[in-house]
Amino acid sequence: MEYLGQYKAVYKAKSGCEDILAKAQDGGIVTSMFAYALETGIIDGAIVAGPGSEPYKPEPMIATTVEELFAARGTKYSVSPNLALIKEATRSYGLDKIGIVGTPCQIQAVRKAQLYPIGMRDVPDKIALALGIFCMENFPYQGLFQMVEDHCATKIDNVTKMDIGKGKFSVYTERGVNSQIPLKVTHKYEQPGCHVCLDYVANMADISTGSVGTPDGWSTVFVRSAAGEAAFNKAVEAGWIIAESMDGVKPGLELVEKLATEKITKNQKYLEHRLHKEHPALKPLRNPYI
Amino acid sequence: MADKITVGHVHMSGCTGCLVSLADNYEGLLTILDKYADLVYCLTLADVRHIPKMDVALVEGSVCINDECSMEEILETRENAAIVVALGGCACYGNTTRFCRGGQQNQPQHEGFLPIGDLIKVDVYIPGCAPTPQQIRNVCLMAFLLLKGNDEQKALATAYLTPLMSLAAAGTEACGCDLMTEVINQGLCCGCGSCAAACPVRAVTIQYGKPQVERDLCIKCGACYAQCPRSFFSFEVCGQYEAITNLIGEVMKP
Ligand SMILES: Cc1cc2nc3c(=O)[nH]c(=O)nc-3n(C[C@H](O)[C@H](O)[C@H](O)COP(=O)(O)OP(=O)(O)OC[C@H]3O[C@@H](n4cnc5c(N)ncnc54)[C@H](O)[C@@H]3O)c2cc1C
Ligand code: SF4
Ligand code: SF4
Ligand code: SF4
Ligand code: SF4
Repeated sequence: MEYLGQYKAVYKAKSGCEDILAKAQDGGIVTSMFAYALETGIIDGAIVAGPGSEPYKPEPMIATTVEELFAARGTKYSVSPNLALIKEATRSYGLDKIGIVGTPCQIQAVRKAQLYPIGMRDVPDKIALALGIFCMENFPYQGLFQMVEDHCATKIDNVTKMDIGKGKFSVYTERGVNSQIPLKVTHKYEQPGCHVCLDYVANMADISTGSVGTPDGWSTVFVRSAAGEAAFNKAVEAGWIIAESMDGVKPGLELVEKLATEKITKNQKYLEHRLHKEHPALKPLRNPYI
Repeated sequence: MADKITVGHVHMSGCTGCLVSLADNYEGLLTILDKYADLVYCLTLADVRHIPKMDVALVEGSVCINDECSMEEILETRENAAIVVALGGCACYGNTTRFCRGGQQNQPQHEGFLPIGDLIKVDVYIPGCAPTPQQIRNVCLMAFLLLKGNDEQKALATAYLTPLMSLAAAGTEACGCDLMTEVINQGLCCGCGSCAAACPVRAVTIQYGKPQVERDLCIKCGACYAQCPRSFFSFEVCGQYEAITNLIGEVMKP
């Protein structure tokens, strides 16, 4: 299963804490793992996508309390440059054990920062827990705004949740699902950089999680590294996370792998196309992967 | 250990900040000198006056072309070192010395400073101002594995060093503008924020998910672009982050 990366175990899981679940995106895995890690000293702070100055415009934030983690619950379908704070976390905040959540590209950036710390003095050995969230695409804020306000005819200030799943972008307000549009409408608003992205399930994270594969309210969780395994098992033992086998779960890993394969092969084709071999008169565009 | 590599620090027109960064590995530096590398040349720390033969030359600073001695020494460095590493923004890209207009004491006539790659062939770049202790350590360890390791270690070192060799091959100009011209303009930016964290002078902020560079602040050190996961990204190396991190931890044990 090369498209899903290497992992030690995969689970259907959700938070053991009702308060977290109340406003989490899916199974509340990210918030629960960080809250547990914070309480037990595995991390002394976490970089998360906090609420920004405008609704659903995330602002990276260093959470050092469970309350701050709670404020960051839920998916914002717009770019949150979480790595921007990674050096700051070791400096102004003086953190020695940093947690960070990020999309697959951001987790790639974390690993690059650790192995090639070109401008990342003292960062490499301070990453204690990197949680990856599955990601098919992301949107610049102006794009998201247009999707919500124009296509979904909903004031973004009134939105209580957004979700992508089953081929649709859904916008919820206090009254429930307010509007749904097919993803073929949202494609054109995607961030261009997402079209060269070769990772769907954050293959380089310590633990990666997303909604795809498991029933509503649950999350699919890949436990990948030794650090991830240790933290996850302890969180389960302590009751912060409820983890069950993926065996027989529908739609299960099959769907995760299908989506990962589709995303990566499509984007590999696009990278190939960018070389413009079919048009000798066009110069190639840059390929970042070596 | 007999089988160490030989390393020199060649001081051109630099502020010694790069050398301080190497030293900021603290006990790690002692481990490196103990087990992996002999420091055969370093005007600040070793009493050797002429550039000797060595495996790896870490060159700090740009070259003042108005100074004959500097011109001779950079040539000598190339001739005597198997691997020439441009250590830090000045050696790679000119960095702050790009802004020199002469007039400084005690050599007011010195105004022409070139990154070393404009004068000699350079093998590996370590951008940044100052380059980080951990990046310098990694390059030293990988150079050791490349020259003294078994086949597997040589392969790892080659994979690791390849992107830094590609940077050296790519040219001698860097600027925060590279984020625009080489990443955003090329449709590659994913909005991760690494560039903003990497910038030593806080010239980069992220606005609406994309870097915004305060161009007057930029000192042209090259860190932002080199740190960007969309400047270069090696699945082969980064995919092994756990094994490589463990390896570095293991070999750095005193
Ligand atoms: C742009 C985007 C696309 C996604 N696409 C998919 C997909 O295709 N399939 C799938 O299964 N899952 C996808 N997800 C993941 C999913 O929406 C949930 O974020 C994930 O399941 C975690 O839910 P949770 O209940 O465990 O987290 P919670 O406990 O609710 O916490 C969510 C955490 O994610 C962080 N976060 C929120 N928005 C962002 C952001 N924009 N960038 C970085 N961090 C953020 C928050 O800081 C918070 O810590 C996507 C997420 C994003 C941000
Ligand atoms: S699709 Fe890829 S590049 Fe785009 S936000 Fe998700 S992980 Fe990053
Ligand atoms: S790169 Fe920075 S630290 Fe190194 S010599 Fe130049 S100015 Fe000094
Ligand atoms: S923007 Fe900052 S990191 Fe980038 S080259 Fe300029 S000074 Fe260096
Ligand atoms: S590091 Fe690269 S990909 Fe990340 S925000 Fe900066 S320019 Fe974009």
